[in-house]
Amino acid sequence: MDWTRRDLLKGLGGLPILGAVWWAGAAGVGRKMKERSQILEQLNIMPSLPPTVPGIEGEPIKVGIIGFGIRGEQLCRSLGFATQEWKEDMRLAAEEDPNHSALKDFENQDKLNIKLVGICDVFDVRAEKALRSFNTEDNQIKRYDTYVSMIRSGDVDAVVIATPDHWHAPMAIEALNNNVSAYVEKPMTHTVEETYRLREAARASKATFAVGHQHRQTLSFRTARDIVEKGTLGHVSLIQTNTNRNDDNGAWNYDIHEQASPQTIDWEQFLGSAPKVPFNKNHFFRWRKWWAYGSGLSGDLLTHDYDRLNCVLNMGIPESVSASGGIYTHNDGRDVPDVLQVNMEFPNYSTGSSQNKGKENGMTFCYSASLGNSFSRPTVLMGHDATMELGNRLTVWPDGASTRYGDMLELGKMQPKVPIYQYNPAANVPDAISSATSQYFADKGLMWTYINGVRVDSTFLHLREWLSVIKNGGKVSCGIKEGFEEAIAAHMAGLSWKLGRKIEWDVDKEVLKPIPGINFDEVLLANGQWAAPVAETSES
Amino acid sequence: MANTTTDRKVKISITLLRILIGWHFLYEGVTKLYNPEWTSFGYLASAQGPLKPLFTMLAQEPMLQWVDVLNMVALLTVGITLLLGIFEKKGALVGVGLLSLYYLAHPSLPGIQQINVEGNYWIVNKNLIELVACILLYNFPTGQVFGLAYFSERRLTKTQQ
Repeated sequence: MDWTRRDLLKGLGGLPILGAVWWAGAAGVGRKMKERSQILEQLNIMPSLPPTVPGIEGEPIKVGIIGFGIRGEQLCRSLGFATQEWKEDMRLAAEEDPNHSALKDFENQDKLNIKLVGICDVFDVRAEKALRSFNTEDNQIKRYDTYVSMIRSGDVDAVVIATPDHWHAPMAIEALNNNVSAYVEKPMTHTVEETYRLREAARASKATFAVGHQHRQTLSFRTARDIVEKGTLGHVSLIQTNTNRNDDNGAWNYDIHEQASPQTIDWEQFLGSAPKVPFNKNHFFRWRKWWAYGSGLSGDLLTHDYDRLNCVLNMGIPESVSASGGIYTHNDGRDVPDVLQVNMEFPNYSTGSSQNKGKENGMTFCYSASLGNSFSRPTVLMGHDATMELGNRLTVWPDGASTRYGDMLELGKMQPKVPIYQYNPAANVPDAISSATSQYFADKGLMWTYINGVRVDSTFLHLREWLSVIKNGGKVSCGIKEGFEEAIAAHMAGLSWKLGRKIEWDVDKEVLKPIPGINFDEVLLANGQWAAPVAETSES
Repeated sequence: MANTTTDRKVKISITLLRILIGWHFLYEGVTKLYNPEWTSFGYLASAQGPLKPLFTMLAQEPMLQWVDVLNMVALLTVGITLLLGIFEKKGALVGVGLLSLYYLAHPSLPGIQQINVEGNYWIVNKNLIELVACILLYNFPTGQVFGLAYFSERRLTKTQQ
């Protein structure tokens, strides 16, 4: 049988096309991957795995809970204790949206070797809810009327403190003085003076102290530290972090419980050192809105952003802080600002330089917050060589005028608008997050981290680390040093807003540079902006 | 005679269509084959429309890795069969199946948010057009005009007669 050329062409003509398309596809992908691996090799960034903490062996650690409000309940869940009400809510949420995995995540969480022994809450309804939910036949939880009686009972090894800010330091100090370990929520303290007293107590105590900045456990933050340390970004001169919220929950207008009354709430104990005012449900449930109990944006949300960056950069206390803002979006009787801009100066800080020695030094940390707009502005670290967006995901873009990447930019191997590095440990996990506020925290990497593609609650990791150190010794990732820096930085911001002037830190003496005629703590505790001295002078 | 000319023109046109569609499928398959990091996760997880729960389920492990492999193999199969002009009817059917899934994952139906698409569509989009083109290829095989099927026994017997 003879085949003509015509036959071959008609029969086999598809083959060369197939070959060409195959080659083009393979070569194209290969070239892109080679370019990428060249860049990655040069960057040499290692996504870090979580450090393994030694297990909590032997007798379970006896834990007491002080404060069982919104955060207290969350912390208990991270410890492995969820209320019946929450489980039911989450079950319903999962029925509605199969991606809603809160209950599944909770059930899959590793069990911690602890025993919940006591609860302390000035609101009967909350304390009883805890007792009702967590009491079992072999473990009866005791309700204590005061934190002092719980700490001194001899029945608790450790306490978790999730109270209004003005109670953080007194409770933590009491615990540490009695060698009871303490995990305290942010901000660590409410005044400058108690920040020093708490540091003394923590240094002198045999117990373990930790501050609740759980994002220190997030893998992307550990990777971010590696990126900065390797000089990927060059000299970072500006950091921008933001709070963008526009909902009631985000503005701290939490629900007021229908059973709240002077009969169900120990009002005197709630007030503590705060000014004596008559029973006020608004103050009790929405305490974050008043300086008497809370610390406003600077203590409540700036601290998250400050510590996030301090964890990556280890920049310490700013040499000076200027803040401005006002009550512009929620004029509802609150005395803390709801729009706040804070500039922190670090004139002697550097992340390293790719240019002539001495040309680059110093950095500004800029925090910009509004409770009246939820446009998601990311956290960015802006360096001479690259810009990094920091959150649960990390993205690094080269800068068009970078010295370090000059050659690669010129050759077209890098482009300013194309990321040179992206780290998304959540790439294979579909999320369903319910509220605007929780989305806000999730985007910042404040809620969970991903280990081998599995979502893990970062608060769980943070508490586990603290418990492990209590049992086995070692160092917590957010201890008194980090807490001290966080608290002082937050207080400087609050003071600057209240006084309308720059607040400076004396690096050598480790004190705020004094301002004649000003008692910093008096200012910090005062309602709203500081006006008293001006009024006094004008009157006299 | 006119009939034969028209016939020829139709055959050439359909053959051309077959080669281009094969080309498109093959290239999509090859780029996925050579990129170990490729995954259909994003496409599935962002699925819209009435079958959203199905696609969301497919986007989860251990399903996802099978979906990825099957998708790639199917793309290559359609590409190779259409380009070589052999088993093209089977290839065209697989193509119809694949394109239906792509269309259903992100249907251009009014009231459904369009994600990851270029252009503006109302019910009809490019996936749907390519799908119908595959139906045409299924109904009018042209492998015997241009392709390995040219060497099929029947054809050779015919030419020898």
